[in-house]
Amino acid sequence: MSEYEILRLIWWALLGILLIGFAVMDGFDLGTAALLPFVGRTDMERRVAINAVGPVWEGNQVWFILGGGAIFAAWPALYAASFSGFYLAMFLVLATLILRPVGFKFRSKVDDPRWRAFWDWCLFAGGIFPALVFGVAFGNLFEGVPFSFDDTLRLRTDITLLGLLNPFALLVGLVSLCMIAMHGAAWLNHKTRGPVQVRARAALPVLAGLFMLLFLLAGLWLSLKGGYRIDGVMPHDGPSNPLLKQVSRGSWFGNFAVMPVLWLAPVLAFAGAALAALLRTKPLVAFLCSALAIAATIATAGLALFPFLLPSSTMPSASLTVWDASSSRLTLAVMLGATALLLPVVIAYTTWVYRVMRGPVSEDSLNTDSHSY
Amino acid sequence: MDLVELSRLQFAVTALYHFLFVPLTLGLSILLGIMETVYVMTGKPVWKEMVKFWGTLFGINFAMGVATGVTMEFQFGTNWAYYSHYVGDVFGAPLAIEGLMAFFLEATFVGLFFFAWDRLSKVQHLIATWALAIGTNLSALWILIANGWMQYPVGARFNVDTMRMEVTDFMQVFFNPVAQAKFVHTVSAGYVTGSIFVLAISAYFVLRGRHVEFARRSLTVAASFGLASALCVVVLGDESGYTAGQSQKMKIAAIEAMWETEPAPASFTVFGLPNLKNHHTALEVKVPWMLGLIATRSIDTPVPGIGELVGTARNNIVDGLIAYRLLPQVREHPADPALRAQLDVHVANLGYALLLKTIRPDVENATAGEIDRAAASTIPNVPVLFWSFRVMVGLGLWFIALFATCFWLSAKLTLHKTPLVLRAALYSLPLPWIAAELGWIVAEYGRQPWVIVGVLPTALGVSSIPAGNVAFSLIGFALFYTGLLCADLYLLVKTIRLGPGGSHGEIAA
Repeated sequence: MSEYEILRLIWWALLGILLIGFAVMDGFDLGTAALLPFVGRTDMERRVAINAVGPVWEGNQVWFILGGGAIFAAWPALYAASFSGFYLAMFLVLATLILRPVGFKFRSKVDDPRWRAFWDWCLFAGGIFPALVFGVAFGNLFEGVPFSFDDTLRLRTDITLLGLLNPFALLVGLVSLCMIAMHGAAWLNHKTRGPVQVRARAALPVLAGLFMLLFLLAGLWLSLKGGYRIDGVMPHDGPSNPLLKQVSRGSWFGNFAVMPVLWLAPVLAFAGAALAALLRTKPLVAFLCSALAIAATIATAGLALFPFLLPSSTMPSASLTVWDASSSRLTLAVMLGATALLLPVVIAYTTWVYRVMRGPVSEDSLNTDSHSY
Repeated sequence: MDLVELSRLQFAVTALYHFLFVPLTLGLSILLGIMETVYVMTGKPVWKEMVKFWGTLFGINFAMGVATGVTMEFQFGTNWAYYSHYVGDVFGAPLAIEGLMAFFLEATFVGLFFFAWDRLSKVQHLIATWALAIGTNLSALWILIANGWMQYPVGARFNVDTMRMEVTDFMQVFFNPVAQAKFVHTVSAGYVTGSIFVLAISAYFVLRGRHVEFARRSLTVAASFGLASALCVVVLGDESGYTAGQSQKMKIAAIEAMWETEPAPASFTVFGLPNLKNHHTALEVKVPWMLGLIATRSIDTPVPGIGELVGTARNNIVDGLIAYRLLPQVREHPADPALRAQLDVHVANLGYALLLKTIRPDVENATAGEIDRAAASTIPNVPVLFWSFRVMVGLGLWFIALFATCFWLSAKLTLHKTPLVLRAALYSLPLPWIAAELGWIVAEYGRQPWVIVGVLPTALGVSSIPAGNVAFSLIGFALFYTGLLCADLYLLVKTIRLGPGGSHGEIAA
C-alpha cells in the first residue's frame, strides 16, 4: 500500500472516530434534552436533568464542531457536497443547536415559569431535531443523493428537502432518535438521583428495545435495496478527482460478504443496547454499553458504505469515495500529526474534568450548590 | 438579490453578529484571569467577588458567542461549496486545529470555571480560568491564520488534476505575516473591548454610589490593562498596515482613496470625500510623508495608486487567460509534460482570468473591453473603506486618551471622585463594538471582489443552491439572532442592576 492510500484509510477511520465521539459524548446531552419534558415534570426535576449535563455539555459539543472542521480539512469535497446539498436540513440542525447554549445558560437565570418553559421547549427541540436529522442524512447516504459535477468540479445538486424525507431515511432518522434517547436515559440513570433517575431507568429498556427493533427493520429493508459498487480497478492513491471512475449498482452488503468478521459490528450494536437495558441497575456499566451500541451502529453504517462517502444517485460515477474525495497527501499527513499530538491532550483534560465533576446530581445537591444552572 | 449577494449578505450578517460577542469574550477572559490571580495571591475576598460578578456577565456573553459560532463552522460548506472544494485543502486545516487546540480547551474549562468553585483548590480553579482564557485566545489565532491566508494566500498552488488549490508549505501558511499581524491586532482590540466593558459598568456603579469599593478596584484593573491594550491595537494596527502594504496594495490604496500613485514618500489623507464614479477625492486634507512611512517604512518607496494597480490587474488577467485556455488541453492530455510546463508558467494568475466569469461564461473568448471591465472590478468600495478606516482609527485614539486619563486619575486615587471622566467612560460603552465591526468591514469588505485575494473571486465561491433557500435561511438567522440578542441584553442588564453579590442565592452559573 502506498503512503497516500494508508493516509486515506486512517482518515476514513478518524472520520468514524469523530462521528462516534460526537454521538457518544454529545449524544447523551442531546438525549437528555430530548427526554427533558418526560423525566422532569417540576421545575426542580428539570433542573436536576439539566445540571446532569450542565458542566460538560459545552465541551461535548466541540466534537460536533471538530467534526465539521476535520471533514473540511480531510474531506473537503464531502464537506462541500453534503452541507450544501442538505442545505435546509443543515439550517434546521444549526438553528436548533444554536438554541442549546443559550437555552442552558439563560433558562435558570430568570425565575419566571413562562421564561423557563420557553427555554425548556428550545432545549427539547435542540435535542430531538439534530438526532432525527443526522439519522435522516445517514439514511440518504444509503439511498444515494442526486448530485453531479461539471468538469471544473463545480457541484450541481437537485436535492430537495422533501426528497430527503423518503420513507427509508425517515426510518433511519427514528433509529438515530431512539439511539440518542436511549443514551440520554442511560446518562440520567447514571448521573441523577430521585424521580428523574426512576423515570430514566424505566425508559431505558423501552428505548433500547425500540432502537433494536428499528435497527433490525432498517437492516432488513436495506437488504432489499440495491447499493453501489466501483467497477473495475480504481487506483487508491490517485488524484482527488471524483470524475475518474465508473460506478454501478450493487449491494450494501458486499463488504460483509467478503469479510464476515464485519458482522461483529451490528452484533455489538444489538448486544450493547440489550445489555444497557438489562444492566440498568448498574448505571455506569449500562451507560458504557449504550456507548458501545452507538459506536457499533455508526461502524456498521460506515463499513457497509465503504469505500463510498456520498453516493450520487443521478451520476453514480461522480460519487465521493475514500479514494477520490480527500485532501492532498501533505494535508492528510500534517493533520494526522496534529491530531496525534493534540487529541490525547484533549482526552486527558476532559477525563480530569469528569473526575472533578463526578458524583450524582439530585434536588438536595442543587439546593446546597449555588453554582448550578 | 441574486444568489451571490444573498450568500454574501448572510455571511456578513452572521459574522458581524458573531463578532459582537467574540471581542468581549477575548478581553473578559484575560481580565478574569488577572482578577483571579490577584485573588489567589492576596486572598482578599473582594477579588473573588469580582471574578464571580464579571464571570456571570462573561458567561451570558460566552453562550451567545458559542451559539453564533456554530453557524460559522458550517457556513463555508452550506453556502460556499465551491470555495470549500477549491481551497479546503489549505483552509480546512487551521479550522480543524482550532477545534482540537482551542475550542476543546475553552469549552471544557468553562464548565469548571462556573461549576467547580467548591470542588477545586484556589490554585486549581485559577488554572481552569487561565486555560479558558488561553483557549479563547488560541481560537482567535487559528481562525486568523485561516483568514490571513484569504488575504495573502502563501504556501499553496493550483493542482490541475484535482482542480483546486493544494498546500505546498504548511510553515508558510501557519507563519503567514498577515495572519500574525491580524492576530495581535484583533486580540488586543478584544482586550480593549473587555476593558471598556468593565470600565463603563464600574463607572456606572460609582456614579450611582453603589458597590464603590468593588468598582474602584475594577476601574484600576480595566484602566491599566486597557491602556496597554489600546496602545497595542494602534501599534499593531500599524503592523497590519505595513503587512497589507506589502501584500494587499489595492486595499491600502482604497482605504487612502489614492486614485493615482504618489511620488515617495506618500502623504496620508486625514479627510476627503472620495467619489467612485470620477475617481477623484474632493476636499482632501493631507499629512505629508505619513502613508509612505506606514505602508513601506521608508521614504523612497512609492505607494501604488488605484489606477496603477488596475493596470497590473489587467496584465495579470491577460496572463491568467493563457493558463485558463490551457486547462482543457491538460485535462485532455494529462500525461503531456510540455503542456503542464506551459501551464506552470501562467497558473499563478489563473484567478485573475476567473474574474471574467461574472462578465461572460466563456472566459476564453473575452474581448479587450471585457478585460478592462474585469480589471476595473478589482477596485473595492472606496468611500466605505475610507470612512470605516478613519472612524475606527479615531475611536482607537479616543480609547488611548480615555484609558490614559483613567489610569492617571486612578493612580492618584481620585478617579472615583471625577464624575466627568466616569461619565465619559460610561458613554464609551458601545464604542469598541463599533470599532471592531468597522475593522471587520475594512478587512473583509476591503478584500472584495476576491474571496481569496488573486486566487478566487467571491462570486465563484458560492454553492449551487436555489437563491430562495438562502433568502429563507438569511431571514431565519437574522430573526433568530436578533431574538437571542434581546434575551442576552435583557439578562446582562438584569445582572448589572443586581450588581456584585446580587447573584447570591440566585443562580450564578
